[in-house]
Amino acid sequence: MSAGTGTTSAGFGVLWVAIKREPWIFAVSTVGSVLFGALTVADAWVLGWSTDHVVIPAFRDGEIGAGLLWAVLGLFVGVAILRAVGIVARRLGAGVMQYRMQAHSRRAVTRQYLRLPMAWHQKHPTGELLSNANADVEAAWGPIAPLPMAVGTVAMMVIAVVQMLVTDLALAAVGLLVFPLVIVVNIVYQRLAQGWATRAQELRAELSEIAHESFDGALVVKTLGREPEETRRFRAKAEELREANIRVGRIRAAFDPALAALPSLAVLVVLVVGVHRVVSGATVAGDVVTVSYLLTVVAFPIRSIGWLLGDFPRSVVGYRRVAAVLAATGAMEYGDRPLPTRAGGARLEVDGAAFGYVAGRPLLREVSFDVAPARTVALVGATASGKSTLVGLLARLVDVDAGAIRIDGIDLREVHRGGLAETLAVVPQTAFLFDDTVRGNVTLGRRVGATDTTDDEVWAALRTAQADGFVAALPAGLDTRLGERGTSLSGGQRQRLALARALVRRPRLLVLDDATSAVDPEVEARILAGLGAEDTTLVVVAYRKATIGLADEVLYLVDGRIADRGPHDELVARNADYARLVNAYETEHENDVVEVAP
Amino acid sequence: MSTTLNTEPGTPEHTRLATGEDIGAWETIRRGIRHSPELVEGVGWTLTLAVLASVGQVVVPIAVQQTVDKGLRGSGGPDPTFTTWLALASAVAIVVTSWASYAMTARLFSSAERGLATLRVKAFRHVHDLPLLTQNTERRGALVSRVTSDVDQVSQFLVFGGLIFVVSIGQMLIATVVMVFYSWQLALVVWICFAPLFLSLRYFQRKLAAAYGTVRRQVGVLLSAVSEPVVGAAVVKSYAIEARTQERIDTAIDTHKTASTRAQGFTAFSFSLGGISAGIANAGVLIVGIWLGQGFAWGEGITAGEVLAFAFLVTLFVGPVQMGTQILTDAQNAIAGWRRVIGILDTPADLLDPGPDGQSLPKGAIDVRFDGVSFAYPGGPAVLSDIDLEIPAGQRVAVVGETGSGKSTIAKLLTRLMDPGRGRVLLDGIDLREIAEGALRRSVVLVPQEGFLFDDTLAANVRYGRLGATEAEISEAARTIGLGDWLAGLPEGVETRVGQRGEALSTGERQLVALLRAQLADPDLLVLDEATSAVDPELETRIGRALERLMSGRTSVTIAHRLSTAEAADVVVVVDRGRIVQHGPHDELVRQADTPYARLHASWVAQHGR
Repeated sequence: MSAGTGTTSAGFGVLWVAIKREPWIFAVSTVGSVLFGALTVADAWVLGWSTDHVVIPAFRDGEIGAGLLWAVLGLFVGVAILRAVGIVARRLGAGVMQYRMQAHSRRAVTRQYLRLPMAWHQKHPTGELLSNANADVEAAWGPIAPLPMAVGTVAMMVIAVVQMLVTDLALAAVGLLVFPLVIVVNIVYQRLAQGWATRAQELRAELSEIAHESFDGALVVKTLGREPEETRRFRAKAEELREANIRVGRIRAAFDPALAALPSLAVLVVLVVGVHRVVSGATVAGDVVTVSYLLTVVAFPIRSIGWLLGDFPRSVVGYRRVAAVLAATGAMEYGDRPLPTRAGGARLEVDGAAFGYVAGRPLLREVSFDVAPARTVALVGATASGKSTLVGLLARLVDVDAGAIRIDGIDLREVHRGGLAETLAVVPQTAFLFDDTVRGNVTLGRRVGATDTTDDEVWAALRTAQADGFVAALPAGLDTRLGERGTSLSGGQRQRLALARALVRRPRLLVLDDATSAVDPEVEARILAGLGAEDTTLVVVAYRKATIGLADEVLYLVDGRIADRGPHDELVARNADYARLVNAYETEHENDVVEVAP
Repeated sequence: MSTTLNTEPGTPEHTRLATGEDIGAWETIRRGIRHSPELVEGVGWTLTLAVLASVGQVVVPIAVQQTVDKGLRGSGGPDPTFTTWLALASAVAIVVTSWASYAMTARLFSSAERGLATLRVKAFRHVHDLPLLTQNTERRGALVSRVTSDVDQVSQFLVFGGLIFVVSIGQMLIATVVMVFYSWQLALVVWICFAPLFLSLRYFQRKLAAAYGTVRRQVGVLLSAVSEPVVGAAVVKSYAIEARTQERIDTAIDTHKTASTRAQGFTAFSFSLGGISAGIANAGVLIVGIWLGQGFAWGEGITAGEVLAFAFLVTLFVGPVQMGTQILTDAQNAIAGWRRVIGILDTPADLLDPGPDGQSLPKGAIDVRFDGVSFAYPGGPAVLSDIDLEIPAGQRVAVVGETGSGKSTIAKLLTRLMDPGRGRVLLDGIDLREIAEGALRRSVVLVPQEGFLFDDTLAANVRYGRLGATEAEISEAARTIGLGDWLAGLPEGVETRVGQRGEALSTGERQLVALLRAQLADPDLLVLDEATSAVDPELETRIGRALERLMSGRTSVTIAHRLSTAEAADVVVVVDRGRIVQHGPHDELVRQADTPYARLHASWVAQHGR
């Protein structure tokens, strides 16, 4: 059980972090909980007192003072109201403390995400980072919910035990036996049930994965008539989930009545022992009633201690994952130089640039080229030749390992934070849309001086990106919400919006990383024509010949090096590999002609 | 990326799933049970056990009453022997009722989970039977949640809220019966103290539902805000919008916190009311009980033990009141989830399958005829009008036209993903609607733009084309279409895992798998929706060769997006605004100046610099 003990102390460690961070709210909720616990015990005492001083005398003597009746009323109602106050303080306090801790962690984690460099992001899967900020944060602070209740219960138990000890030692012994028993049984229950509940949760995710995949592939399933096989696949997982759920149910079915029966049986023992002691004159009827009632009311809250401890394993894991993100170091250093703000395209110099994520495995080596203002350069190369890596270097998502990249003669590393984005804009192949309006997605809150980007500027950018047509047709035009919970757009439409996002900033250097791959070729032609009319310096990663043809110079990348460079026509003429790469359409066509004979 | 045939924009509402919103609560339950008969199997025995289990709740109060009245204050003084026997009998009762509780809960779990698993599978199957249009219109996530979280909600309610509900009702019923047996006046007092709370449950529940509705919406906002610096890391960094992003996240975090706190406040307050009622009830019972005992009112006798027993019985009301709002909320969610699942089953399934009465197609290349075919989406304008087309067996046809011309619709009609509004589509002279579904799918295969791959091995993926194809058969098929060396070059051959949606392979390789799958299916009519996305040019060549071999000896109809495809076809069919405007070999059509085909050709040449 050493692992279990370790988890328990680590769990208390996590809670201690929360208590230190939010001591006042913890105090309020704990006081509320202790109040509740004390008053629950007081309730039993009121009942016992009423039995001895009011009920039994009243029935014995046939009369009772009105004052005593008022006292009974006042005591019961007063205790009940105070207890309600305790409940509200406990539950609300626990909630507030939990939400505040979640908010603290989420703020800290997302700040890290924004601070840490791209290289760090690329080493961590998206799903993992998302769950660090959501599921892990929630798991870490999960035990805060039952914490005040558990603290209050401990207080209540102590009070109850003391009161039982004061009332009657022999009766108290019964209580002392049954309370720990309830705690132990409940912990066993939690551990058993949690294993299966976790399994059921995993199966739920797997089932959802199957459904998602199967519906995504609905066209394949339908056109190949594979519905029965798909249903069989889904059913197998659904049945596994069913069995896991039934297993959880069995455990619960067994433990819930057992936990309820323990205090009930204890009450019966108290009654038997109590009557014997009343006969021997060792105790009075009221005390027997008090102890019985205490057992009944205290037994249920005791389970909260089990809930608390049961939450610990998840909490500790979640907390450690969050802590790992917060402990990550490294950030991009910025200089303090501005880039020139003059009109016209920027000059780009790439000077002996080298880069690799892993030492000894360079993705780019000795890459050098210049792009004069308002010129266009195309980066061409097979998959994994280093094109996108070079784009990342230009946007300074990562820094060169050797060499330098300069814009208008200034090394990117000397530029102040945010300075590069004023001059350069990158459009990636997969367009990321924010959960925002079309306008917000294009402007990204950009301001020119003291004024926001105007709608005219937005429309102008949309026009150049050939996105004005479909945006105008959206239900609310520029105000249409996009993103996960908004209108969904096609891949080509998303790419065009991402392009407009870049264009609205009037960048002096525009980098397109295969940014129009999902756009209809005819539409792409119009976009490229529009771009050609501007005096922006342009770096494009491209496959399509129409795009490549637009460039003044082509850089042909092979295995992270510039293998050849020059105008497209010259390269085609002198470099067989290059020609083969870009002329694949023609090659394919010639094959067609040869083999088309019936 | 979508893996579907292009859906024309402005898809009308008619094609949506039934939401089930118009089904009443009882109707939902009735129909839900009809879909999952397991839910009510042996329900009588389960309820009997539930009643027996509830009896367990009153054993202790009765034991206390008996002990006080007879054991402690009996006429002959305290009576230990009686108390011991009483305790033993009570212990037996507790053990028996605990067992009943176990059996009841286990049975409930089992029947609920069995019933809902059946419902899940039915709904899943039905989603696949829905018309393509409905499948495409609905968001993927919405369809998935119908067979996952919506069903889970029903299950959660049945085994948690529903269980508590049954136990609570039983508990209060038994408590009331015992109370009335002791003293109907005191029972009335207790009910009067609790009635206002029961009556206000709905009010609190509505408040809570609204508060938690806000929380759920805020969770959505929060999740998407938090995803921005992760999923959009490159954009956030390259556009230097860290400050703005952080601001959006902070706002979302704060709003979520406020909404959660508010909801928690409501919960805490409504939860606390049960205890107050219990306090008042206890005081009321004692005072009225003493009055009754003294014969002030109605002159009826009551004992001290009975009055005290009430204090124990009153606690049985507190739990149900405290859990009441939660149960109502769970119930509402469950009914809503159930409705949505039933909504799926209510949505009419796909085109009618003639079943065993249907005709089958002889093996061998198929001849195709469109006979006055028109098509329009429900409530939309005509997509195709009066299409007449004959494709002799073995011919290779390319259908070209601008986006929105209706060319994809031809592929959908040909593969019977939809039926024409007017006219007939005939294969080997048989109307598509008269061909048995199974036979049709064996003879006609569609290769969509992006051949969707499942997260499994390559072999498992191509077996969608032919179930139980052996490894040798797969290799043979690969060799036939010139992919033998490619397959051999993969690290683990046919056992290579393709990853989620085939992401372990490149776009071009995914297309190769789709072609191999089609080759294994060995159709007599091949319908291809040509891919538009750019592929590594070297792979492009390989794909072209594989396509070529795949089409050989078969009738093929390709929805073409490339000039080379049209040029290579025997016949080009030009579709413009829903009509066939040109039809003939490429060489012939390209010479007809100022025609749609000439224009398409000119634009292609401009694009690819020929």
